Amino acid sequence: MHDDAPRAAGAGVRPVPFRGGGFRPQTNTYVSLAVFAGLILLWEGGSRAGLISPIALPAPSQVIVALADLVRTGMLWKNLSVSLMRLGVGWVLGSILGIVVGLLIGLFTIARAALLQLTSALFAVPKIALLPLFIVWFGIGESSKIATILFGTFFPTVIATYSGVDNVDRNLIRMAQSFGLSWGSIVRKIILPGALPAILSGLRISSAIAIVLLVAAEMIGAQFGIGAYILQAGSLFAIDQLIAGVTILAVLGLFISWAIGRAERHFLDWRS
Amino acid sequence: MRLLADRLGHRYGTTEVLRDIRIAIGEGEIVCIVGPSGCGKSTFLRMLGGLEQASTGQVLLEGEPPAGSLNPITYIFQDFALLPWRSVEGNIRLVLEDHRLGAAAMRRIVDDVLERTRLAEFRAALPRQLSGGMKQRVAIARALAVRPAVMLMDEPLSALDSQTRELLMDDLVELWTRERFSACYVTHNLAEAVRLGHRVHVLSRRPGRIRETVEIDMPLAERAERAAELEAMQRHIWLIMREEARAADRELADAR
Repeated sequence: MHDDAPRAAGAGVRPVPFRGGGFRPQTNTYVSLAVFAGLILLWEGGSRAGLISPIALPAPSQVIVALADLVRTGMLWKNLSVSLMRLGVGWVLGSILGIVVGLLIGLFTIARAALLQLTSALFAVPKIALLPLFIVWFGIGESSKIATILFGTFFPTVIATYSGVDNVDRNLIRMAQSFGLSWGSIVRKIILPGALPAILSGLRISSAIAIVLLVAAEMIGAQFGIGAYILQAGSLFAIDQLIAGVTILAVLGLFISWAIGRAERHFLDWRS
Repeated sequence: MRLLADRLGHRYGTTEVLRDIRIAIGEGEIVCIVGPSGCGKSTFLRMLGGLEQASTGQVLLEGEPPAGSLNPITYIFQDFALLPWRSVEGNIRLVLEDHRLGAAAMRRIVDDVLERTRLAEFRAALPRQLSGGMKQRVAIARALAVRPAVMLMDEPLSALDSQTRELLMDDLVELWTRERFSACYVTHNLAEAVRLGHRVHVLSRRPGRIRETVEIDMPLAERAERAAELEAMQRHIWLIMREEARAADRELADAR
């Protein structure tokens, strides 16, 4: 007889305790939204109750009024459009050049020997320190600001791209060679798609760097732009406008991160 | 077409991995190479297909490959080497795209090999959706697509569980019975060697030399039923190999 297994109630018989849980954090949209909403409500309540001085930190409702003002006077679009233009041109050019140079370093010994150390050296230099130099070279206009963003995004993209190329499965390349694929086919069909995950995460980082440099460059020498707007608000002690400007930057950052997330889901759906 | 290894030897730096290997793979023959781990089996196979250069000796082709062969010497890899971002069909097309066959001819070849490997219904699947056995079937379909004269198989079943391995071995036997392909089959699994090989070369530990050559003249199709005879053969090969394997097991792996 083998019916002695599942009879739980007997003396000295107890279930094995479960101890395998945890260590699997997950995202939850409702919790994220609730934290946002809770913080803003707390802030608004604190301001109305007089706990938060309106001089130090104006209430969210006042920030919304400042944002509405920006929209009404058309200054939002005026500032945002120049900022987006600088960001877009600088980031796109920096990324394209970065991917090209990263591929060269990843593929050719000569390029690696010539450029790798140079890249590492210049990567560490804060590009905003070069803005005065760029102003001397390119003038006070758009070119110097775009150049700052371009240089700032170029180096991290180079590093992400060449390390992505380095990490492409060598067995896949050997397979391609064994089937007689041409050099160009191997680069286009194996190395580029294989490096794409690394390139996309490089773009995520460089987009944040681009926003930082955009604001810094606009604070140093620009008439319009989100950075110029924030600087102006600060020097007039218009803290509500300052917070409105910062909010715009945060939304911009969120949007770019969302767009890159979409791109990752689209291009990298083959990953398990 | 025959593929010949003529006194092949190889060294990495000061470590000699292979010495004086002479083998011939004739038309319609499956030649198995077995040996203890680290004896240079995989290196040898890479040299046979021109993926690595031998330090001494050479690999020779005798005769012309059959008409229509796009890649006379074609590999099957242990880790399948499928592009994870391409579907089953895309992985097969990959090796045809450079040959400028035209859309209709390419489609005909893809349809044909998918049919022959019974993969037609998995055409659009991505590698991550497939089991290990199915992945290796895709790799076999890809190899068949370029109409090879010789297939070089590097432990093709070693990444699979034992049940899948049995199934794929049956598939390979059936495929050989139909198409009489020639192959060099490298493995550390003696059961595979005696099931599939017309000839089994036993390599010694590093530096790998041919210790012994065992001819098995039992028709491939009958081998599944005549397991007892194969068992004896496998035992004979194991006795040759055992001392080598024991000694190889005690060597330092990275003694290059």
